[in-house]
Amino acid sequence: MSIIFLILPITLLLSLGAVAAFTWATRGGQFDDLQTPAIRALHDALPPASPEGRVRASKS
Amino acid sequence: MTAAVDLTTTPPRAPRVACAHCGLPVGESDVTLDGPSFCCSGCRSVYAIVQGAGLSGYYSYRAQEQATTARPVTSSSRKYQELDEPSFLAEHVAVDQDGQKSADLLLEGIHCSACVWLVERVGRVVPGVTQARLDLSRNVVSLRWDGERTSLSEIARGLESLGYPAHATTQSRTQAVRERDRELLLRLGIAGAAAGNVMLMAFALYSGAFSGMELSYRALFRWASLAIATPTVFWAGALFLRGGWAALRTRTPHMDLPVSVGILTGYVGGAFNTVTGHGEIYFDSLCTLIFLLLVGRYLQQSHHRRSSNQSELLLALAPQTAHLVEGDTERDVPANAVAPTATVRVAAGERIPVDGVVLRGSGSVDTSLLTGEPMPLEAHVADRLYAGTTCQSGELWLRVECAGTATRIGRLMASVEATQRERAPIVRLADRVAGYFVVAILGVAAFTLAFWLHFDPSRAIDHTVALLVVTCPCALGMATPLSVSVALRRAAAAGVLFKGGEFMEELARPGLVVFDKTGTLTRGQPELVTWMGDAALQAPLRAIEATSTHPLARSVQRAFPENDLRVEEVEELPRGGITAIVEGERVLVGSPALVEQKLGALPQWVNKLVETNARRGHTPVLVVSGGRVGAVAAFGDAVRPEASAKLQELTQLGFTFEILSGDHQSVVDGVARQLGIAPSKAWGGQSPEDKLEHVAALRRRGERVIMVGDGVNDAAAMAAATVGIAVHGGAETCLRAADVFATRSGLAPLAEAARGSRRALATIRRGIAMSLAYNLAGIGLAMAGLLSPLVAAIMMPLSSISVVTLALRSKSFEEEKS
Repeated sequence: MSIIFLILPITLLLSLGAVAAFTWATRGGQFDDLQTPAIRALHDALPPASPEGRVRASKS
Repeated sequence: MTAAVDLTTTPPRAPRVACAHCGLPVGESDVTLDGPSFCCSGCRSVYAIVQGAGLSGYYSYRAQEQATTARPVTSSSRKYQELDEPSFLAEHVAVDQDGQKSADLLLEGIHCSACVWLVERVGRVVPGVTQARLDLSRNVVSLRWDGERTSLSEIARGLESLGYPAHATTQSRTQAVRERDRELLLRLGIAGAAAGNVMLMAFALYSGAFSGMELSYRALFRWASLAIATPTVFWAGALFLRGGWAALRTRTPHMDLPVSVGILTGYVGGAFNTVTGHGEIYFDSLCTLIFLLLVGRYLQQSHHRRSSNQSELLLALAPQTAHLVEGDTERDVPANAVAPTATVRVAAGERIPVDGVVLRGSGSVDTSLLTGEPMPLEAHVADRLYAGTTCQSGELWLRVECAGTATRIGRLMASVEATQRERAPIVRLADRVAGYFVVAILGVAAFTLAFWLHFDPSRAIDHTVALLVVTCPCALGMATPLSVSVALRRAAAAGVLFKGGEFMEELARPGLVVFDKTGTLTRGQPELVTWMGDAALQAPLRAIEATSTHPLARSVQRAFPENDLRVEEVEELPRGGITAIVEGERVLVGSPALVEQKLGALPQWVNKLVETNARRGHTPVLVVSGGRVGAVAAFGDAVRPEASAKLQELTQLGFTFEILSGDHQSVVDGVARQLGIAPSKAWGGQSPEDKLEHVAALRRRGERVIMVGDGVNDAAAMAAATVGIAVHGGAETCLRAADVFATRSGLAPLAEAARGSRRALATIRRGIAMSLAYNLAGIGLAMAGLLSPLVAAIMMPLSSISVVTLALRSKSFEEEKS
């Protein structure tokens, strides 16, 4: 049973990883708008910008 | 000859064809048989632009939607030059390394998910836009564009051409708000993760407590729990500790105070026991508690955000620009930057941006939002006009006297803000309960400590800590925010927006409702009220008035069906008259004074009618045909059809009424009589300052005053009232002063707000009673020394879950039925 001394810290480290990922996602604005992205996914692939305009990834 | 006909109840004709752009019914004369029909020219031009840019996909997406709140397009012909002013660019537009600019704009007219598709493809109409992302819940589009190829004003014009007029947002504010939202979500997430992990270890500890466990393992779990609980309490829970400290320092009761006491004693007791290796730890309960409380806080905040987003859009509809005339050229500038003695032009349909004197031109001006006078005024050279009024027809050039905060409306706003600052905050029911609660708990804790010190000193501290932890009012702290946010969400769906839950609590108790008359009890626009005389003249009158944009002409157009009589030689006469030849017969329409000037003395029966109508506050208009007066049409501000029934509903809820109006006393008396309000409670001729003083006097007498209004003239009084309610279609100043506002027209939302608030408060009371019952049981067990941490750990979530279920199942507001 003394394996628990090893497993418990590992588990906690895993949780810490999840918390870090959540922190990163929140700070990056992934949860700012929970409504529009769901709708956007359903729209077809007509490029949002004018044909000659560059389409760039979001950076916020 | 003088049979009176009531024309206010004519039903509208049934719709047949839907507008190809907005989906609203199209008038009979506008139906096109071979192709799409449009309700207005605005929709027609948007349709053409959307089709021309290859964006017709919008209509197929829109077809999948339920026809929601589509509105016809109103073209403002704004040039948006103010968006290119250096001061605006410096404040709102960010530039990155490769010359790309970005900014946010608030859009009007967003109503469905197909709008997302269309707005994000604005680049097809305005080349140079590299990215457009719409946030549907905030009505805000984030734009990136190539600064070399286009400008923000051009993009804004492009968005307007698609049917979405744009407005500036206050970006620094939204950024701060976004940071706050993210931080709360982060606290919530971390508290959740901590609660889950501590609970897993608590399971091991509890089963160990029953079946035996080696001390080294037990110590491991306890120390690990302490390690996780420490950041949870002091970072995620800092919100409550800070609130509790503030409540203590300012000596105002607040829910955070008992919560902090529970969290801190639990943490200190648990940490002490972890170090010594004896006694109980409460970390699982503490982490769950903090997590659940944060859930309540998060729901409350996200609701608050939603309603402030909606009000931000309403506020953005303010007059922000003025057409500044310099010699022969004209440019748009921010309205508050106009210097005195400059000249501005105001076109028909626009809000007047400054206080000034008419230099040139004439038009009819709707001053109802400022004065409560429903009839438009005729403005001529040398007349003084005020910012916030609307030029309904004609065109005016004004010499600016003052702009921005120096205008009459600006000064009124300043007094609104001052009144709001002075107003004592409403103490929420839950906070009031918390005040007593904390005293009671500390008393009971002291008693428990003394009792156990006397009988069994070794266990006294443990039992006292257990008591304080179990009575930590988790359910109490969640009951109110949850019930309130559920109720507020339902209220918003029913067409009532509350700026905060405290106003709902205030509205739940009966009080004195003070109405402004114009626009609230009445429609706020002139309607044809009675027709006396020859009914055969209605058709010629309708034909003549179809050529005019005068407000009274529009009332005639609404009142009578369209016809195709031949109209020739139309001539608008000064002082509100019009003449034309209809089917070969000369017809003159005008005020009694005008007609008297043309025809000489009026017949006896006409004079009598004119006098009666003037006494009632109605405006008489004479129709002359064949050289003699054939009919008298009276225009007035009609009482809303549902007003009487809704006032009755409110009476049953225990409310009483008064009317405070800027209109003439005789008109106010007439409306009061019609609605069954005592004439002694109806006050006419009230200036904004009178209204403020009246409401303040009522409050000094200890009345709970609910001020209902729609205009700038009510704003100060609304700010001074216990609760200020703005009805649909009011001025933005009024919205700023209001605590509650209706998004549907009429008085139905008001009655619904009162009824729903009462039901919501009942739910809050039930929630509080239920959580107090749980606490009482906990106190009993803890005092008797029977409360193990396991019982505490089960009881706390159980009480929260039952309170949450109660809050979610309550039906406070009825959904809109239409």
